[in-house]
Amino acid sequence: MREEASEMSEDEEAGGAKERWAPDLGGGGEGGGSAVPFSDRVLEIVLENVLQFLTSRRDRNAASLVCRSWYRAEAQTRRDLFIGNCYAVAPRRATERFRGVRSIVLKGKPRFADFSLVPYGWGAHFSSWLFAMAPVYPWLERICLKRMTIADDDLSRIAHSFPLFKDLTLICCDGFSTVGLAIIADKCRHLRVLDLIEDYLEDEDDDEVVDWISRFPETTTSLESLVFDCVAGAFNFEALEALVARSPGLRRLRVNHHVTLEQLRRLMARAPQLTHLGTGAFRSGSVGAEAELDLTSSFAASKSLVCLSGFREVEPEYLPAIYLVCANLTSLNFSFANLTAEELKPVIQHCRNLRTFWVLDTVGDEGLLAVSQACRDLRELRVFPLDATEDSEGSVSDIGLQAISEGCRKLQSILYFCQQMTNAAVIAMSKNCPDLVVFRLCIMGRHRPDRITGEPMDEGFGAIVMNCKKLTRLSVSGLLTDKALAYIGKYGKLVRTLSVAFAGNSDLGLRYVLEGCSGLQKLEIRDSPFSDSALLCGVHHYYNMRFLWMNSCKLSMRGCKDVAERLPNLIVEVITDGTTNDAEEVERLYMYRSLEGPRNDAPPFVKIL
Amino acid sequence: MASHGNNDIENLKATELTLRPPGSDMPEKPTTMATKCNKRPIPDSDDESCRSRMDETEEMERKILAPPPKAQVVGWPPVRAYRMNSFRGRKSDDAEENAAKYVKVSMDGAPYLRKLDLKVYKGYEELRGALQAMFKCFSSVGMEGSDEYEYAITYEDKDGDWMLVGDVPWEMFISSCKRMRIMKGTEARGLSSCA
Repeated sequence: MREEASEMSEDEEAGGAKERWAPDLGGGGEGGGSAVPFSDRVLEIVLENVLQFLTSRRDRNAASLVCRSWYRAEAQTRRDLFIGNCYAVAPRRATERFRGVRSIVLKGKPRFADFSLVPYGWGAHFSSWLFAMAPVYPWLERICLKRMTIADDDLSRIAHSFPLFKDLTLICCDGFSTVGLAIIADKCRHLRVLDLIEDYLEDEDDDEVVDWISRFPETTTSLESLVFDCVAGAFNFEALEALVARSPGLRRLRVNHHVTLEQLRRLMARAPQLTHLGTGAFRSGSVGAEAELDLTSSFAASKSLVCLSGFREVEPEYLPAIYLVCANLTSLNFSFANLTAEELKPVIQHCRNLRTFWVLDTVGDEGLLAVSQACRDLRELRVFPLDATEDSEGSVSDIGLQAISEGCRKLQSILYFCQQMTNAAVIAMSKNCPDLVVFRLCIMGRHRPDRITGEPMDEGFGAIVMNCKKLTRLSVSGLLTDKALAYIGKYGKLVRTLSVAFAGNSDLGLRYVLEGCSGLQKLEIRDSPFSDSALLCGVHHYYNMRFLWMNSCKLSMRGCKDVAERLPNLIVEVITDGTTNDAEEVERLYMYRSLEGPRNDAPPFVKIL
Repeated sequence: MASHGNNDIENLKATELTLRPPGSDMPEKPTTMATKCNKRPIPDSDDESCRSRMDETEEMERKILAPPPKAQVVGWPPVRAYRMNSFRGRKSDDAEENAAKYVKVSMDGAPYLRKLDLKVYKGYEELRGALQAMFKCFSSVGMEGSDEYEYAITYEDKDGDWMLVGDVPWEMFISSCKRMRIMKGTEARGLSSCA
């Protein structure tokens, strides 16, 4: 929930709608000055000095296409490398073109890997990138990975290869353990940021777990951010307390759920300058009102807090302690806190300046009403389900959505899980919240129609694409016919990311989307009746996309091979799982453009056509 | 009055149009309704119990016509495992039943390990089938017929001992299995001949 998280957001994209996919200009390594006339070289140096102020990668991509001279200058001065698909380009090509990189962001597995749709061992190993970077980027300061596999050996290599290394951010990654973390802590003496967000660490037996927090140097550290709520094991609290005490620059701290309120108090006392605090759990280790009083003063002393999260196993009687900071909060994450509306209301009423709010559906429509009344400035709302099954009770509905739309007019981003929805509520949101950029609605029951009218949800989503002129990301659900997809194709010209599940009646549905959404870059489809002929409709556009994912649709090997043949720079991966007997049937398809041809690390269950 | 009511309801059930082939199980809720209707009437006022049975019949009708509860689909609703696992601790008994049990599976000679959710399978046969499918690309030798003793499936139990799969009841196996290894060649034959 950091502001920096927007870097990892699916919404930012290199190139955007206007970028045409062109083969790499002049290959790599043309940085040599010997072939270039002196006067040109002077101009290039001037240009480099100007270009270093250019930070947006979209602008940089555009600049690099002007001419060879600009291409070289841009390549020399790019400091932040963003690779949206680690298989779209080979590490070597990237390191040969961009010589002065200080920071790299890499994204690996397709997003549906989060939902167990990509088998273990599919790929996205960081090691090949590290192998290419270690010798040529000695000044590398920052590595940010999302959905990649990074081993303890890789962490060790990072620690030993980059003496100035400062910032490690791992989001939804796997493959490493406390062993690797200990090496980072020990060897990276300039470490500023260690953010571990929703990673899946390797299983370790009790005697294998390493006390990595104790491995930070004994001296004052430069730590500014330490996030480890996903490192599930117990740890040495005294070591953490001491670490926090000798890290005067620490602004962000998110601990795991083993920390009690008493311990939290001690941490806050050591770091009153914190701006972002993740409480882990929010429960007392002992019984008594004494703990509450102290907690209030702890929060009172933390005058800089703007973001609170954690609150697992929350004991609501201690929540009043945070009232004092609520007025300053811009971001609050209650999405792991099982709270009722009654427990939420007194807190949320104080949060007048909230911009980002994540919550569990246990607060119900009533809780959301309270949010809509208190948080008039809200920009981002996420409502997660406590019970993520199709047949669960469902505590929030169209009523809550309607209330939010009426109170939070400046809403830009919403993710809403529910069991029941109406077109009317969605239409209302489309009109009340014209600034919406991200609209993700998940009606958990498959094919579920409008709760009141029994109609498909076509009109609701149609209104969203029609009325929300800034919309770039959309996830649809509920009972949807081809009509909904026709609306999206017709009005969703700015949509870059689209997720479709259990929707549509026929190939027309996918055709409308592929032919209409000219800005589409990321398309994920599951369990929808689209076949080979629909797939062919996108051949004119696939090079402009980062990827297409389809599972449990009606694709066959023949159709996929057809696409592969027509588009040689498109990698067409068919992922099998041993579940189907029919060799022709394609259960999972993942397609993406690439400069490199088929990857050489594909496991046996991946067939590249 | 009561017995008429019972017969009516039974006939209704027998002739009711459903979306499933005849004889297949009814969804849980209507079944509960049906058993309620078929119970001996409470010796209260007959009118009341008759009326409530009519209501129950109507509700049962509606429920019979509704599609049966769907089988859980992989990855739906789209909530990350990280979040789902965070709430496991609350649900105690449910958690035990519904939580996946992933174990690593290695095969001698294969460059990759796989992970399997043991809870997905109902018994040893299914497990064998799944392993065959998963690893067939690594095995040049077919896993059927006379080649049966070319490999053995083993597992590491809670005590750290390597055991041959198949000796203990399935439930006991699931709870004690930590990881699995498919052994090939002489090692396997040695194990099998002892079994």
